[in-house]
Amino acid sequence: MALIELHEVCKSYFLPTYRVDVLRGIEFQVQEGEFVAIMGPSGSGKSTLLNIVGCLDRPTRGRYLLQGQDMGGKSDAELAQVRNQEIGFVFQSFNLLPRYPAWKNVELPLVYSGLSPAERKRRALQMLERFGLLDRATHTPAELSGGEQQRVAIARALINNPAIVLADEPTGNLDSRSGAEVLDIFQGLHRQGVTILLVTHEMEVARRAQRVITIRDGVCQDGCY
Amino acid sequence: MDVIEALRASSDALRANRLRAFLTILGVVIGVAAVILLVSIGEGARQYIRQQFGQLGSNILVVVPGRTAKEGGMHMGTSAVRKLTMEDARLIERRSRAVLHAVPIIVGTSWIRFGNRSRDTYIVGVGARYFKVRNLKIAVGRNFSQDDIEGSRRVCVLGRTVKRELMGEATSPLGALVTIGDAKYRVVGEMAPKGVTLGFDIDDVVFIPVTAAQELFDTDWLFNITVKVASEAQIPQAKEDIRRLLTRRHAGKEDFTILSQDEVVAVMGKILNIMTAVLAGIAAISLVVGGIGIMNIMLVSVSERTREIGIRKAVGATNRDILLQFLAESVLLSLTGGLFGVLLAAALAFALPAFVPFLPTHLVWWSVIVAFLFCLAVGIFFGVYPARKAASYDPIVALRYE
Repeated sequence: MALIELHEVCKSYFLPTYRVDVLRGIEFQVQEGEFVAIMGPSGSGKSTLLNIVGCLDRPTRGRYLLQGQDMGGKSDAELAQVRNQEIGFVFQSFNLLPRYPAWKNVELPLVYSGLSPAERKRRALQMLERFGLLDRATHTPAELSGGEQQRVAIARALINNPAIVLADEPTGNLDSRSGAEVLDIFQGLHRQGVTILLVTHEMEVARRAQRVITIRDGVCQDGCY
Repeated sequence: MDVIEALRASSDALRANRLRAFLTILGVVIGVAAVILLVSIGEGARQYIRQQFGQLGSNILVVVPGRTAKEGGMHMGTSAVRKLTMEDARLIERRSRAVLHAVPIIVGTSWIRFGNRSRDTYIVGVGARYFKVRNLKIAVGRNFSQDDIEGSRRVCVLGRTVKRELMGEATSPLGALVTIGDAKYRVVGEMAPKGVTLGFDIDDVVFIPVTAAQELFDTDWLFNITVKVASEAQIPQAKEDIRRLLTRRHAGKEDFTILSQDEVVAVMGKILNIMTAVLAGIAAISLVVGGIGIMNIMLVSVSERTREIGIRKAVGATNRDILLQFLAESVLLSLTGGLFGVLLAAALAFALPAFVPFLPTHLVWWSVIVAFLFCLAVGIFFGVYPARKAASYDPIVALRYE
């Protein structure tokens, strides 16, 4: 059984006067432990696809199975729980809460898992230590460099041991050196058995992945474009 | 996410914007303090009146000559067709079983002289039971006896103020001869000080037997008959008896009025209730305005934190979690305001009488609870719309929000 299965997934946006078909029948699978890059020119629908895989969005048509379960029939609250338990997001713009110190950002998913504050903090600090950020635990995002912020975001994504990490242009806002560091982290995670789905439009980034899926005009093609 | 987590998150958010939170809370603080303070002033006034009337004895009816207002009126002692007499008083006391005592009263003013000092003061001619009926205490000496009354003896009991003015503080007044009008009166007692009741210095009086007063003022007519009823339950019976007896004696005409002290208190209490309710209502409007302030700031807060909402949803917050968080924030604002409002009101209720002596206050516990609950309601009512708005954000749009 594949970890992720998409069958004929379509996504259309209905504007007042016309319809935009962003995805027109996406078909692919991701096995557990894979590191897959999704490539495509801007506007090709790769972020939309990632949102669907991340249960932030629902396909207009088609089926999406995560761990063999159909996500189509789930309620909003159930999808929120799936996001909480099974999915870790890493965004291009980090998306950390500016008011909170690093450790509070990392523990955020655990707040919605019903863990005690003490246990949350313990695990958050442990996770920060894993990424060499323990001395930055009390710093707010504004006090951290871009690379550090993205590492905090990765720590947040991993804190609940998700089934899959979804990264949307994770190096897009970083200089090349920090970007390379972040990609090193992803490769390290991949070696530890973490399943990663990464969206990018950069060849060099995609090359770090095990396998590349290209989206063009809303459909998949194997290999790079 | 449970309520405690929601409160934790929202208090973090409020701390990040202290000044804004403070200003928002201020509106609620003022509203709550105003409601509680006004209710406590109303209650203070009510207790003041009840206490003042209580000093004058309970279960008392006052029969005055002339047909005046139905209830709650003030007796001015004028324009009677047929006056009340000593015989009327005697009849009421003897014939009504509900009546304990019926004391004839004559009031006038006269000069009272002692040595080279004199004073124009109230002379109150009373029956023997008057002091008992009106809860008046004799400090030194004795009360009037039945013999004093029947023999129209020239004896008197001095009020505290009169005694001090005529004889100074030190000397005992007993046995002294004072001149009232043209006649000499022997002082047999001195009143315990009672102070000012309802603006009238009841220590500035001289009591003499009612019969002596008839001679002094050369009149047969009474100022009023003060009736002590056996118990509160018998007041209607006593009123009915008095009405029947006096109407018959007065050739079938009801040319007198029975005033009930309790009715006066009840009417004043009613007026105070209405005034308190009106004022508290106006203050409650300011609380609602405070609530609008909360809603305003919550809407700002929600749109400022659109991205935060997106992030929280992405990591697993349900719509309910977001709703709870923002609702907790507005309730926290209103309840903090409520708390400080209660403290402010308590402090003012405590301090106000010290600065404004004529404004007694009495903190009413139910008004504190009502104000607090109203505060909670305001926080929820004005928090629901912004919180629902926050909860309904599409996470994808919210995450992209700049």
